[in-house]
Amino acid sequence: MTTLESTVDITGRYDPVIGLETHVELGTASKMFCGCPTTFGAEPNTQVCPVCLGLPGSLPVPNEVAVESTIRIGLALHCEIASWCRFARKNYFYPDMPKNFQISQYDEPLCTDGYLDVTVEGRTVRVEIERVHLEEDTGKSLHVGGATGRIHGADHSLVDYNRAGIPLVEIVTKPVTGTGALAPEIGRAYVTELRELLRSLGVSDVRMEQGSLRCDVNVSLSPAGSGVWGTRSETKNVNSLRSVERAIRYEMSRQAELLDRGARVVQETRHFHEDNGRTTPGRSKEEATDYRYFPEPDLVPLAPDAGWVNRLRATLPELPAQRRARLAGELGATDFEMESMANAGVVELVAATAAAGAPPAEARNWWLGYLAQEANKRELEPADLGVTPEQVARIIALVDEGTLSVALGRQVIDVILEAGGDVDTIVAERGLQVVSDSDALGQAADEAIAAKPDIAEKVRAGKINAVGPLIGDVRRAVPQADAATVRTILLEKLGVSGG
Amino acid sequence: MSELTYLGAAEIAVAIAAGDVSAEEVTRAHLDRIEQVDGMVRAFLHVDTDGALDAARRVDADRAAGRDLGPLAGVPLAMKDVVVTQGLPTTAGSKILEGWIPPYDATITRKIKDAGIVMLGKTNMDEFAMGSSTENSAFHPTHNPWDLDRIPGGSSGGSSAAVSAFEAALGIGTDTGGSIRQPAAVTGIVGHKPTYGGVSRYGLIAFSSSLDQAGPFGRTVLDAALLHEVIGGHDPLDSTSIPQPVPPVAAAARDGARADLTGVRVAVVRELGGEGYQPGVLAAFQEAVSTLRALGATVLEVSCPHFDYALAAYYLIAPSECSSNLARFDGVRYGLRVGDDGVRSLEDVMSLTREAGFGPEVKRRIMIGTYALSSGYYDAYYGQAQKVRTLISRDFAAAFEQADVLVSPSSPFVAFGIGERIDDPMAMYVNDLCTLPASLAGTPAISVPCGLSEGLPVGLQVMAPALADDRCYRVAAALEADHGHPLTEEAPAL
Repeated sequence: MTTLESTVDITGRYDPVIGLETHVELGTASKMFCGCPTTFGAEPNTQVCPVCLGLPGSLPVPNEVAVESTIRIGLALHCEIASWCRFARKNYFYPDMPKNFQISQYDEPLCTDGYLDVTVEGRTVRVEIERVHLEEDTGKSLHVGGATGRIHGADHSLVDYNRAGIPLVEIVTKPVTGTGALAPEIGRAYVTELRELLRSLGVSDVRMEQGSLRCDVNVSLSPAGSGVWGTRSETKNVNSLRSVERAIRYEMSRQAELLDRGARVVQETRHFHEDNGRTTPGRSKEEATDYRYFPEPDLVPLAPDAGWVNRLRATLPELPAQRRARLAGELGATDFEMESMANAGVVELVAATAAAGAPPAEARNWWLGYLAQEANKRELEPADLGVTPEQVARIIALVDEGTLSVALGRQVIDVILEAGGDVDTIVAERGLQVVSDSDALGQAADEAIAAKPDIAEKVRAGKINAVGPLIGDVRRAVPQADAATVRTILLEKLGVSGG
Repeated sequence: MSELTYLGAAEIAVAIAAGDVSAEEVTRAHLDRIEQVDGMVRAFLHVDTDGALDAARRVDADRAAGRDLGPLAGVPLAMKDVVVTQGLPTTAGSKILEGWIPPYDATITRKIKDAGIVMLGKTNMDEFAMGSSTENSAFHPTHNPWDLDRIPGGSSGGSSAAVSAFEAALGIGTDTGGSIRQPAAVTGIVGHKPTYGGVSRYGLIAFSSSLDQAGPFGRTVLDAALLHEVIGGHDPLDSTSIPQPVPPVAAAARDGARADLTGVRVAVVRELGGEGYQPGVLAAFQEAVSTLRALGATVLEVSCPHFDYALAAYYLIAPSECSSNLARFDGVRYGLRVGDDGVRSLEDVMSLTREAGFGPEVKRRIMIGTYALSSGYYDAYYGQAQKVRTLISRDFAAAFEQADVLVSPSSPFVAFGIGERIDDPMAMYVNDLCTLPASLAGTPAISVPCGLSEGLPVGLQVMAPALADDRCYRVAAALEADHGHPLTEEAPAL
């Protein structure tokens, strides 16, 4: 496989155009068109009824809460709300779709023409929203016995209809242009910001790893400055924020390589692979299905009147952008710091940690530093690490009062990540507090000095930095000892003052 | 024939309530009648002897316990096999659903059971309700009790034949383009297509969702009205169901029986008559119109110019919707599965199943509908047909400014011979010429016997504005009061 260029090099020759289609499973108690529960992870085919199984004769009845949630999403994205619109049937055959059509919306979506602002590297980009519409989710297929987990080559397939009929909102951006080499980061920042927005609205649990937030990424390249858009690919299965960024970057590089050697980009659906960060072709749109959309005759039109829409507008909470502006003041954070926190998905965590008593700057350092690293290592969102703001605040307090060193604080975090637990209990049970007991430390220091007389002599002679190996020896003897304390004790015993 | 099967539904219910006869006796008499004649008529696909007797015994127990009985408690009914019945086979006349046992009841099934009506079994029909003769049943044709060599109409021909042959006092049909009214007409009984949304569609296996309506069959207008009141009304499980009470149709039937139509404006629709209609049908129709005038009605003529396009519009809309509604029959979840040998692909199994499971008329309509909805053709076909539909509704609205009801023959023909038209789809489709406009407009219409031609029944169609179903019943009942019941007086004995 050819080595692919970095996106920065590509953008000298090509302008990327990206577009994102995001599917959000709403967190309603019941499904879109029937009363079945929507709990994630239930035994297969236990949350089903004649309606969501599409049994002959059954009919859909719309979930009013789902319609309200969609309108609230539209309002939060500054969209226009249709005063009259219809559901449509999207017809195609697939076994995880019980009726072999999906009830969706086509040319009459509930919400249109909005926007969402995102900031990357100090630059704010307005991502325009084309439409927000409501549809039903499909079931889930499990293809067994094949190499790829896809239907081709599978030995048999299992279908779980628990997910069939869960309300799904599709949010489609207009093509985003002019982002250059930042396109991958902007794509990621958009999904991050959208997720925060949806979370603040309380309409979905927006868990990408469970599929309640799913992303398709469209990418095309146009020759730099030409303004002529290229053929786009549509990458599916992009199931984490990091993957959004990687998928865009990979597609930019792949398409540039094709165009450079005079080949053409095929309009097709591609699949993203988390393991190697690449995309591979799926179904080609050039032989694409004709979905034969037509208005869903089993449902009457949706006609949200102005009064209803205004009542819903009044239920909108403080949205993430407003909240960040307010928190920036409360946390004393700069724009750059706020942007870093937003893009790392830790604004709320930092705010909550500060609210639990920690100095905001330290809360930020922990969440953007060690905790973000650990989350990244585990491919988790910081919020999903299992470490609470209260725990972090307690660790910060213990560090500040000297009971823990920063390194010990990290060890407490490691314990929480492994096994959970109360911070003070962990510190006590594992003996993690800084040992400042002069007897134990003094004895270890005496032993270290006795064992390495030559080094001791150098320090005594004024080469203070030579003390390092002695500090190491003491800490090997007393692991929980704080390095600064050890250093002070050693220097005192050696008759020199610490600098 | 037992006296009991000769009785109408209202009479049976009164006799049971009075203790003159038990519901079980009534049910046994009808089961015996089925045993006796259904080998010739072949109205039923499935007779539920045990279930029917159980239901009858429950009515008798309720009566013995002094509980209130509904106005049709204990009356035997024939259910069209397109209506889902929990625990009873439901095939919609198709091989593709052979062996499927539904796990739930349609709303009208539940209402019928709750009313103490005794469901005798499931009746034959054109496959997925597509047809006008019941010859498109995947199982066997049904024979018209008036002449066993002729069709009983369709698609609800099993129910119409069962009621006409005294196998059941009541029947349920469904009407998409005339499938209640035309079978009622050609078997000499009463059949009503309610206002769209007046009767729940929940549990009706869909043919064309924006047109399908279930409705009652009876040998008298009052019997049909009483059944209409049982099955009608708002259903939260059907979004297109109208949140309104059932129109007072039984009262209207009783009112009409006084045979006084003074002040009622009756309009003959110019476009529903003339060329292509059998002379005997037109003669019976004219006589019925004269009767209405004699009963005090003011008779006028109206023109509904867009009715001429109803057939073309219908044969785009109904196939389009059916192409989507029938997509679910793919062998994956229920019903027939063909070719699943562990080697063939999913697509192959789906297409082999559909190839083997659907009959030629169903395939024809799926193909027409798939084409009409295709990208690039939608506007010219489906879109245009919807515009015609709007124009037809406007024709109705204009006509109803001048008249309280519109009348026409229910069908241009009397029952034709089995096999006569089966190879000519257009000759079959024109059976619905008179009934299609009310289907497309979603307005109510009834067919009531209005005489004989060549010794075979002719029906009068009475059409009313949406939610004014009671007007249909009133006018039909007045005609019936004057004409009497053809079945009890003139039907040949089987």
